[in-house]
Amino acid sequence: MIHARGLARTFRKKKQEVRAVDGVDLDVDAGEIVGFLGPNGAGKTTTLRMLTTLLAPTSGTATVAGCDLVADPVGVRRRIGYVSQSGSTAPEARAGEEVVDHARLYGISTADATARGKQLFRELDLDGLWERQPRAMSGGQRRRLDIALGLVHVPELVFLDEPTTGLDPQARANLWQHIRGLREERGTTVFLTTHYLDEADALCDRILVIDHGAIVASGTPDELKSQVGGDVLTVTASRDDEAAPIARLVDGLVGAESAVVSGRQVVGRVPHGGSALVQLVRELDAAGLVVAGIESRRPSLDDVFLGLTGRSLREEGAPAPEGVPA
Amino acid sequence: MSVLARDTYTVFARAMRMSLRNPAWLVISLMQPILYIVLFGPLLEPLSGQLGSGNAYQLFVPGILVQLGIFGALFVGFGLIAEYRAGVIESQRVTPASRTALLLGRVLRDVVVLLVQGTLLVLVSIPLGLRAPVLGVLLTLVVIAVLGAAFASISYALALTLKSEDAFAPLLNAFVLPILLLSGILLPMTLAPGWLQAVSDVNPLKHVVSGTRAFFDGDYGSATAWWGAALTVALGVLGWAFGVRRFRAESS
Repeated sequence: MIHARGLARTFRKKKQEVRAVDGVDLDVDAGEIVGFLGPNGAGKTTTLRMLTTLLAPTSGTATVAGCDLVADPVGVRRRIGYVSQSGSTAPEARAGEEVVDHARLYGISTADATARGKQLFRELDLDGLWERQPRAMSGGQRRRLDIALGLVHVPELVFLDEPTTGLDPQARANLWQHIRGLREERGTTVFLTTHYLDEADALCDRILVIDHGAIVASGTPDELKSQVGGDVLTVTASRDDEAAPIARLVDGLVGAESAVVSGRQVVGRVPHGGSALVQLVRELDAAGLVVAGIESRRPSLDDVFLGLTGRSLREEGAPAPEGVPA
Repeated sequence: MSVLARDTYTVFARAMRMSLRNPAWLVISLMQPILYIVLFGPLLEPLSGQLGSGNAYQLFVPGILVQLGIFGALFVGFGLIAEYRAGVIESQRVTPASRTALLLGRVLRDVVVLLVQGTLLVLVSIPLGLRAPVLGVLLTLVVIAVLGAAFASISYALALTLKSEDAFAPLLNAFVLPILLLSGILLPMTLAPGWLQAVSDVNPLKHVVSGTRAFFDGDYGSATAWWGAALTVALGVLGWAFGVRRFRAESS
């Protein structure tokens, strides 16, 4: 559905060339739900804007939904849906009219567009909101309205840019259902960017991680987690000066990778968390070190991310929702 | 071509519907020309002898029409910035719709609004004492429509480039005031000292204003009239080319 090779985009800022996207290769098969992860400024949005024809690539090639991105952008536009992070409707318009007008730009007749829009409203739990102004809708409703706009022309492939950013947990869970439904009920291929690792974990068949403008990892959530290798051991020291000796003990465990100290927290990786934990507790006791907390857990996608990019997605947190009027 | 027409109509109808649904906008945009005529026009009446025209409104109305065409249109970019922020522009740009239609539909809405305002302005001036040939008024309205389309295109193109009211507002203000003062819109430049007249001669809009005044006087054959019309067409072509270029660019 998507095949990109060496996709790159350079921006000029104050006479300096910035390679925002530096040769991205990616493949997405029909019917997949693929998550596109990366820290802010990694090139996520730039890549997405190139794949949706909003931005011309500086170099590289790509076929999206069977059409060449550079030679046939109109063909690409006809076949894809794009749900932008910043919304897609005027706050003072009427929800139904926005859907119909959007469909009209794909050459769909007003009658067909209305029928199709009303059906989408039913499917996306927007019943009775046809005449509502987007500014009078909740964040979750507005996001589903954006999705309705993105789907009204029955695209084979949908791009969702941070679909659940700024939504409350219930609205997020509800939206996940709808995103899964896209594939299960319509066979639509979904390419989504997200800041939330749990979202990628729960929703995506496959994850692509981008950093510094290039893809640094690709695989199912489980594959990526097994790449981390072993379990994560976290020890919280009760005093700052005890973190270093604890780290030395963690490093001494069988098969351990070098532990990372941040403040009072020591994070290490071991092949078998359970047995390592027992060993570590004994050694701490022998050394007379009292700890505030100790735990062993299976690696999360956040650990994968930390290992790949040296940054935690969680630390950055989710940015405040943009372009969502109060 | 039919695709362009269809998309243009969709964009136009949407823009028009949104404008009409905003009652504050509707009242203000209709009141403005009336206020100019009713509150400023009478000031010119005692001066009409000095201005070399038998009728103050014959001189004043074409100027206000041109002002409406230029300055009303220059501010339409603010609406586009709001649309951009709401994501409307992006969501229209990912559709296969013609890029030209996305601009043309909006510009046509602005031209229709302008023509309604202009017609209203002329009608209000008649009971106050405007006497002008119908053909001259119609030709002036055509000039205003072309001028408005040019400046609306420029405004949209600049708004799409700057994407921020904070950058757009000072830019407009920097240009609007000198252009207004040097165009002879409010008072004819014939009243000005020599140096000021010379400076204003460089401003194409001064000639456009003089041209429409000639139309209102019924001087259809005069060089002033057609020089103004020709400059209007040239401004129209340039403004439109600038707008289309910006809307077609893929890296917005």
